[in-house]
Amino acid sequence: MDRRNILEELKKVLYPYTENKELLQNINDDTNLVKDLKINSANLVDIIIDAEAKYNIEIDFDSAEKIITVGNCIDAIAEKIK
Amino acid sequence: MSRRVVITGLGVVAPNGVGVPEFLASIRQGVSGIRYQPGYKDLHFNSQVSGIPVFNWDLLKNYVSEITFHGLQGHALGYGIMAALDAWRDAGNSVGGSETLWDTGCVFGSSVSECDVVKKIITRVDAGEAKKLGSRVIEQMMNSSITAYISGRLGLGNRIVATSAACATGTQAILMGYEYIQQGVAKRMVVGSSEHVDPYIFGAFDSMRILSRKFNHVPEQASRPMSQSAGGFVPGSGSGALILEDLDFALSRHARIYAELLGGACNSGGQRNGGSMTAPAAPGVIRCITDAVTNAGVSPDSIDLISGHLTATAADPLEIQNWCLALGRNGRNFPPVNSLKSMIGHSLSAAGSIESVAAVLQIVHQFVHPNINLEDPNPEILRQIDIGCLPTTMVEREIRTVAKANFGFGDVNACLIFSKYNQNG
Repeated sequence: MDRRNILEELKKVLYPYTENKELLQNINDDTNLVKDLKINSANLVDIIIDAEAKYNIEIDFDSAEKIITVGNCIDAIAEKIK
Repeated sequence: MSRRVVITGLGVVAPNGVGVPEFLASIRQGVSGIRYQPGYKDLHFNSQVSGIPVFNWDLLKNYVSEITFHGLQGHALGYGIMAALDAWRDAGNSVGGSETLWDTGCVFGSSVSECDVVKKIITRVDAGEAKKLGSRVIEQMMNSSITAYISGRLGLGNRIVATSAACATGTQAILMGYEYIQQGVAKRMVVGSSEHVDPYIFGAFDSMRILSRKFNHVPEQASRPMSQSAGGFVPGSGSGALILEDLDFALSRHARIYAELLGGACNSGGQRNGGSMTAPAAPGVIRCITDAVTNAGVSPDSIDLISGHLTATAADPLEIQNWCLALGRNGRNFPPVNSLKSMIGHSLSAAGSIESVAAVLQIVHQFVHPNINLEDPNPEILRQIDIGCLPTTMVEREIRTVAKANFGFGDVNACLIFSKYNQNG
């Protein structure tokens, strides 16, 4: 699965945690989850849990702490499913 | 300076009606909200009936943000949010402003954590999957979850207090809100309580053998307060909420005033003199009622209606006796008395707030709701008061002052005195 596919799937994971859905249309690797998408930082763990369930993977705590942008998210997922 | 406290908003989620209009129609007509619970037979419960609101969970999307709704799971939390926000809007307020309302606080109670929700946590943790619980569990498990959700949604900045006093919880929460306004601490308080009786709590009560178990085939007849055939209470779920305001504050914003809360009292019998963990001591109950009447500044003879605790257990005749002694009234001189529990069962911590909503509605619309299932009044009660005090159909009459009391495990008592609002005081 290439990064573009992961990005499209990631939008579905982010959807319930994003107040302004329109912001999801144009996200890219540099989009900051908290600053740009206005996601509550407490919800980052829920996003990781949902992504883990979706791809049947485990993202360890240390990797999870590095997830700040959409690109970081894709990196973490891509590394586990390759 | 003595401040007057008025009621400007009502919200309710009850087994016989979600929202004030449906609830009002039901309590006028004596509509039961008690239903057979098919799963309870498989669980080998003796009692298989309960009062659970017909609650459309998706409606909560109109009450909280979409993000908050995603992951919301506590029933009592859902009921409480709906009742409180309905009351808030009913009082003419909007939801979702950006300012903190420093003058407004919240006292909201509940009695037990929801075992359904706790079970999910326990299952996850025991399976070594605590990591999968996520960020939304603690906020819904903390005792203050309902007040946290309500105050966050409304931007309340005054005292935010989560309370618990068993079956006296709702009544006590309303009194605490009243006292904060009286003391000048707050101008406005969102008050109420919420309860969800899940199978685990139900089962624990069933084991105490204090639930109604002989009417499983006719659930609407199962809750029979004050009747000779009463054989225990029927657990209920739901939430009631009121908006209390300093009179001057309400007048300055041209709020509609439903009624006035004249005062109340809250105490404990100390589990002495016949009181215990599960039974109220008569001296405590009598003192609570007389203190409430005194605090409200009314004469016992001015009470037009008693909204009793009256759960349909063996304690009903004793409760009537306590009212007689506290008010110094009996026989034909006793006021009408009714128990909302005949229609919705006993919703534990939510009983006081739902019954207070009913009390205010009876003042606003000038009626006494019926006691359903009271074909055979308990002779011990009829020795104390006239049968005419026990209406079995809706009665339209002048209702100026209502006494509302609840008594809970731990021997705790609370009594409120509601009155028709009179601008001349």
